Amino acid sequence: MTAAIALIRRHRVAAVILFLLVFPLLMPYQALAINILIFGLFAVGYNLLFGYTGLLSFGHAAFLGVGSYLTGIGMVHLGLHWLPALLLGVASAALAGVLIGWLAIRTRGIYFAMVTLALAQIVYYAFYKAEHWTGGENGLRGIQVPSIELAGFKLDFLNPTTKYYVILLFVAAALWFVSRLLASPFGAVIEAVRENEQRAAACGYDVARTKLLVFVISAALCGLAGSLRALHLSVVPIDSLHYLLSGQAVMMCLLGGMGTFFGPFVGAAVFLTLEDVVTTMTSHWMAVVGTVFMVFVLYFPAGLWGTLVRRIDKASS
Amino acid sequence: MDITPSLLALQLVTGIALGAIYALLALGLSLIFGMLTVVNFAHGAFFMVGAFVGLYFMGLTGNFWFSLVLTPLVVGAIGLVTERFLVRPLYGRGIDYPLLLTFGLSWVLIEAMRILFGIEGMPSSTPPALRGAVDLGIGFFPKYRLFLIVATAVVVLALWLFLEKTRYGLIVRAGSRDGEICRVLGIDIARVWLAVFGIGCAIAGLSGVLAAPTRAVNPEMGIHVLAESFVVTVVGGMGSLVGAVVAGLLVGVVFAMTSLFAPDLAELSIFVLMAVVLLLRPQGLFGKAGLMG
Repeated sequence: MTAAIALIRRHRVAAVILFLLVFPLLMPYQALAINILIFGLFAVGYNLLFGYTGLLSFGHAAFLGVGSYLTGIGMVHLGLHWLPALLLGVASAALAGVLIGWLAIRTRGIYFAMVTLALAQIVYYAFYKAEHWTGGENGLRGIQVPSIELAGFKLDFLNPTTKYYVILLFVAAALWFVSRLLASPFGAVIEAVRENEQRAAACGYDVARTKLLVFVISAALCGLAGSLRALHLSVVPIDSLHYLLSGQAVMMCLLGGMGTFFGPFVGAAVFLTLEDVVTTMTSHWMAVVGTVFMVFVLYFPAGLWGTLVRRIDKASS
Repeated sequence: MDITPSLLALQLVTGIALGAIYALLALGLSLIFGMLTVVNFAHGAFFMVGAFVGLYFMGLTGNFWFSLVLTPLVVGAIGLVTERFLVRPLYGRGIDYPLLLTFGLSWVLIEAMRILFGIEGMPSSTPPALRGAVDLGIGFFPKYRLFLIVATAVVVLALWLFLEKTRYGLIVRAGSRDGEICRVLGIDIARVWLAVFGIGCAIAGLSGVLAAPTRAVNPEMGIHVLAESFVVTVVGGMGSLVGAVVAGLLVGVVFAMTSLFAPDLAELSIFVLMAVVLLLRPQGLFGKAGLMG
């Protein structure tokens, strides 16, 4: 049993991708699976900053939103093909990450959460007002992706199953990237920064530059999630930039397990499934999710996956 | 549109009245943070609860003053329960956890108000005694806005007297500087924290009931207000009560003046102010250097 777990650990990307390949078969309908995939990526990107580097940002919806909107603007206003538009979305989110991160990194601790929230609000208001480009309150509409050409194959993007696997391609690439990053010396440095900033600085690491770099990478990943979301929904709602979505990223990470590789996905799956199930029973799902979240903060801070990983670690040692 | 001195003065008063609400909110936030090192992400929600409860009492009794006194007590009581059962177990676990918990709490509070009062919100109007305008020589100023400024000044003064001139205020100040030594001196610091959290939430509730006649009262009103209170706190300096008041007024005036000259940029203007302060003085105007930036 321990050998199996060690094998999964060593090849965690493959294991997760394998799971995600069969995931649609476990889900009642594909739209939920696609949503979990996209928000899973969003949570993974956020987890890089929150779980692994210990920086609690409350403005990550800005990057999801920028990715979505710029992909949409690229396709609707600039007439780009879907792939260049997607890359535009990611690049723009990374740029937003540089700007917001540079300002936010100047603060520490609790200030960081407040500043990121406030800076994300700037993005929200800016996009809200730029009605000509973004559609303002009604959101950006008309992102048409009827078919996708990949390696010579023409795929019907409107088919939910096909859509899932195309999006999975990008998510898998992103997950592989994150795994490599975490296993690299840089990954060790960001965890060192989380554990004790001053000690990391004393060891000679440029803490500010590390934080900024992680912030930008995290922003780019969330931007990718946003771009994929725009392609999936064919519209970009103004809510994509709202602070509540930033809060959802935090919730998903905590519910699943911060600082673990697969935790954010579990968190996203639990959160979205809960939302789906609860909304059929009552319209007060915010209260239910809020209460569940508080219970987790109080009694299961390691999250579902995180607690499981800890139990396995304890059992095998 | 002619920019006359009286128009400027009127907008200035509007700005100060708006700033008064911001100042109260930031005061509550800073008080809780300075004492407990807890960022109350539910502060906007308590503001919103205050507005709803205030309107409810007004509807029930028809008496604004009665509601003005009772609402902070009710909201403060909710704050006491929150601290005792939700926040207290998290002490010692790290600075992020109470923040996360209060964030979850804000979701529950928003939904609770939706359940109790409906999703549309409640209609609000200025209490009859404070309607109309007053001629101050340079122009006519709305009575209610002037009342807001005066009421806030009274609350700030009362808080200052409490903290500087009473024995309990001395304990609160000592506790925020060093809780451990206070314990050593035999003071039950847990009770002090409980009281401070309650007071902070009560002030938030008070600002809600005061602000209710000036804006739309719906369950979502606390969300924008939270971001704006954070701006005020960053500009003024977290944990600084002087900073909270000064920055609150400053932010209110900036917003009002920008509304006059460039209405589209009004909401952005206060965040730009925050960005500028962050660039030049990351700890805020009155904040302690090194503590947070």
